[in-house]
Amino acid sequence: MQEKTTDVKMEEVQCGTGDPITVLRFAGDITSASKAAVLGTYQGIPESTKRILLDFSKVEYLNSSGIALVIQMMIAASKNGQTIQTFGLTPHFQKVFTMVGITKYTKLHADEKAACAAFLG
Amino acid sequence: MNGLMTEEHRSSIELRLPSRLGFEKVAMGTAASVAKLMGFTEERIQDLKTAVAEACINAMEHGNKLDETLCVGVILSVGPETLEVKVLDTGEGPKGHAATPDIDRKMHEEEEARGMGMFLIEALVDEVEWVSAPPAGSYARMVIHLHPTKH
Repeated sequence: MQEKTTDVKMEEVQCGTGDPITVLRFAGDITSASKAAVLGTYQGIPESTKRILLDFSKVEYLNSSGIALVIQMMIAASKNGQTIQTFGLTPHFQKVFTMVGITKYTKLHADEKAACAAFLG
Repeated sequence: MNGLMTEEHRSSIELRLPSRLGFEKVAMGTAASVAKLMGFTEERIQDLKTAVAEACINAMEHGNKLDETLCVGVILSVGPETLEVKVLDTGEGPKGHAATPDIDRKMHEEEEARGMGMFLIEALVDEVEWVSAPPAGSYARMVIHLHPTKH
């Protein structure tokens, strides 16, 4: 048995006026085996991109090692002056993200529309 | 189901997992099934799943050093009001207490991004203890209550 892989799709969406927003849509598991998928995909985002959405709505399993990779991505984004909004987490993982303090650096939204709107507000 | 249990007659389920990441999901799924049969809410089942997964990962990585010839034991004991899960490995057990993650220090790279497993376990279950008993090994003991007095 092998750990289930992480799928990440990168898309651009338009939300109101201004530059498009880059969305990273995660699916499957996010664990210690997901470093290339999470950080590698992030590294493919041009530094000129300043608005990033994280979509966790198709994630089936997330553990503390996976959360650590999300934090590492947020560190890199912070260094590049990028803003991250997040949506699609289950109520349980919204609680976990809040417990570890991630919500100080990214807001958790109910859906993509609300997360996009947060960039405008 | 809990009506059939007394403290003197606890039902138990035992698993032996290889120390290979990914197999913690077997323990997670088993714990979730038992908790559901006992009548725990979905929120508490999700809490338990994360706590059990993190305890198994700690046992595989730190206790058994990912040596696949060593097993991680998982013992679920069903009581009338409680579900106890013990996760056993061959290591010496954690040193010290679970530190609360400091997200500011992590974001400034003054603290490892990883290392949140024990904190999550302690935050998500009603009781937890870390027992070190070398050379036999060590275990994490977690308990959730059907009707906690405080949470």
